Formats: sequence, structure tokens, C-alpha cells
Amino acid sequence: MAQVTPMTPVAVALGSNRVIRGWGIVYPTGDSDLPPNEERDLRRRIVQQALDALTTEGRTEV
Amino acid sequence: MRVVHYINQFFGGIGGEERADSPLEVRPGPVGPGRLLDQLLGEESHVVSTIVCGDNLAAENLDDVAVAAISEVKASGADLFVAGPCFQAGRYGTAAGAVCAAVKEKLGIPAITAMSVENPGADLYRASVYIIDSGDDVSRMQPTLAAMVRLGKKLSAGEKVGRPSEEGYLPQGALKSEFVEKSAASRLADMLLAKMRGESFEAEVPIQATEPVPVPPAVTDLSQATVALVTDGGLVPKGNPHQFPLAFSRVWGAYSFAGEEALAPDDYEVSHGGYDNRHVEQDPHRLVPVDTLRELEKHGAIGKLHEEFLSTTGNGNPLANSRRIGREMAKRLKDSGVDTVVLTST
Repeated sequence: MAQVTPMTPVAVALGSNRVIRGWGIVYPTGDSDLPPNEERDLRRRIVQQALDALTTEGRTEV
Repeated sequence: MRVVHYINQFFGGIGGEERADSPLEVRPGPVGPGRLLDQLLGEESHVVSTIVCGDNLAAENLDDVAVAAISEVKASGADLFVAGPCFQAGRYGTAAGAVCAAVKEKLGIPAITAMSVENPGADLYRASVYIIDSGDDVSRMQPTLAAMVRLGKKLSAGEKVGRPSEEGYLPQGALKSEFVEKSAASRLADMLLAKMRGESFEAEVPIQATEPVPVPPAVTDLSQATVALVTDGGLVPKGNPHQFPLAFSRVWGAYSFAGEEALAPDDYEVSHGGYDNRHVEQDPHRLVPVDTLRELEKHGAIGKLHEEFLSTTGNGNPLANSRRIGREMAKRLKDSGVDTVVLTST
């Protein structure tokens, strides 16, 4: 499991092993201030980071 | 009061590890530690029968043992069920917790066990049954049984049960409303001052220690893997079918989007009191990125996107409750053939 969360210290403190920084508390995988195409690109980047963590041995904190 | 007592083969005097597969048997009256239990119960109350079962047999057949215990409790007209104390014995503690939970649920009579906080049965059952903290030292049999009797009598009489620290049971993660004189702000200031002075104080929401979680091995080939999306941000289909509360959720849900390319904003809402939900309700992918995972599925970057997302409301949850939800979610995902998970948290 990879966890996408803006509160990475909480995730790490609770034992999450693959932690990716989410974009914001109110939208871990988005940003309503961005134009739709830029928001989709942002989401792709974050999801890709999570998938990269899943295929990497050991702990991740990005 | 009529009490049925559950013990393992060791305390039942049958034998140690070599007899851990002893079949379940019911004996009249108290056996082993049950004699002390019987004494502590006083004149009016008695251990009417004792269920003895081998640890291995019990751990491998929890449901059968629970059924047998329920039928014995019914047959003997008991009004209190006691299991253990189990101290640090893991299989014994797990069986005692499971049997107590089943008796309490099916028959509605109080059920009490006792074990060490480190016993694996403690985390599994502390939220559903009263578990007196026995520690891991068997020489504490007498005080442990005495605490079980005290609490058992209160429960049977329908009296108010005090806090874990007063009654000696393991905290259950329950939050109770109480009237107090001081506001939260001044209680907090008092605690802070006590801390600065090096004095003792009792936190109202204690931070529980967490154990390290072993790092699972990496996924070797994502293009062959089934990926699931899970969130604790409270996304639910319109109408909130499992009635997620805004905080302290005890429930979770699995919601299918089979055949859909994306999550339509009109079909979903958020039940979570810990953040401004408007952005996610405008576009659910800001929390559960189905659109992106569908693209990756189409391009073969992942084998398959699991056709449902799992959701709960992660807001103020006691750790014991979150652990149970996590275990239940993990079981569903494993049973559905999911290889790996992306969890999103607000």
C-alpha cells in the first residue's frame, strides 16, 4: 500500500511505509485553483509517485 | 448469580502444550482457578459449570467453541460468563475474547475476560468485551479475579461502570459524554501547566503507542497487478448508504464503479467533518483518482483497476477502531484478488 496524504508526519508516525505527499488537506489528488488540464497533470504526477513507491523495495517518503 | 467459566487445558489440569489439542469438555462446578473465582463471588453466586478446551483446538475452531459455550450458558441459566485470566497466552486470550464476544452478542449477558495488554486477543476484542488487565504475571491471579468479580457484579446489576483506570479494564476506545465544570480550553491549560511543572495528569484522548508495521515487498510487475483505491476521506455514493458519521466512524463501505470511466460528481457526496468537502464533491477524483487509474489501466501501466473503492471517515477515530476497519478492508481486498492499494487521506 502507498498512502497519499498531505499530513505525511502523521502517516509515518502511525507506521505507514510508503508515503507520498498529497496536494492539500481538501484535495490530496487535485487542486480546484488549477485549470482542468493542469489539475489532471498534477493528479497523474501524484498517482505515478504512489505507483513508483509500490514498485520500490523498502520505505518511501516523498 | 450463576457463572459459567471458560479455561484452557493447562488451567483445567489436563496438561501443557502436548495436550493443546484436547477437545472441549464441560465439567460441573468450578475447576482450577474457578475455585478461587467461586470463593470471590461470595455466598450468593456460584460457578455452575466450567468449559475446558485445548488452546490449539480452540484457536483453530473459534466459531465451534463459541457455539458450544453459548449452548452451555443457555442450558445452565447463567447470568455471567467469565473466561480466563489468560495473562500472556495468545491462543487462550484470543479464544477467551472470541467466546466472550459471542456470548455477549447472542445471549445479551455480561461476559468478562482478563489478559495482558500485549496478548493478541486484547487488540482483537478490547472494544467489544470488558478485558481486565491481568499483566503477564500468573501470580496476579487473585487480584485479577477479584477485579473481574467486581466488574461482573456491577454489569449484572446494571450499575454504572467507571473508567478503565478505576475498574481495571483495558481502554475500549469508547468516548463517553460527561458534564464537567471547566471548559475544554481551561482543562487543556491545566494539563499543560501540570506537564510544565512535571506533575501527573490524565489526557482525555490518550495517544496510543503504535507498533512498527513491516514493509511489504515491492510489487514486481504493475502491468500484471490489480490496484485498488481506498480512502479515509469519507467519499460515499449520494445518500450515504452506510450512514458514515462525520467523525468517529465505526463503519466503512465498498462502492462499485464497474464499467465507469470516471466518478460522476452528481453520484457522490462526502461525509467527513474534518475538512471542507466542497472541492471533492465538485470532483471526486481530487480524493479518489479513478480517472487517472483508468488511463493507466488503458495504457497497460497497471494490470487492472479494482472495480470498487473502499471508503471510511478517518476523523478522530480511536486506533483500535481504525485497526479493525483496516483489517476488515484488507480482508475484502485480499479476497477480491487485489495485489496492491493506493490509499488517499485528507
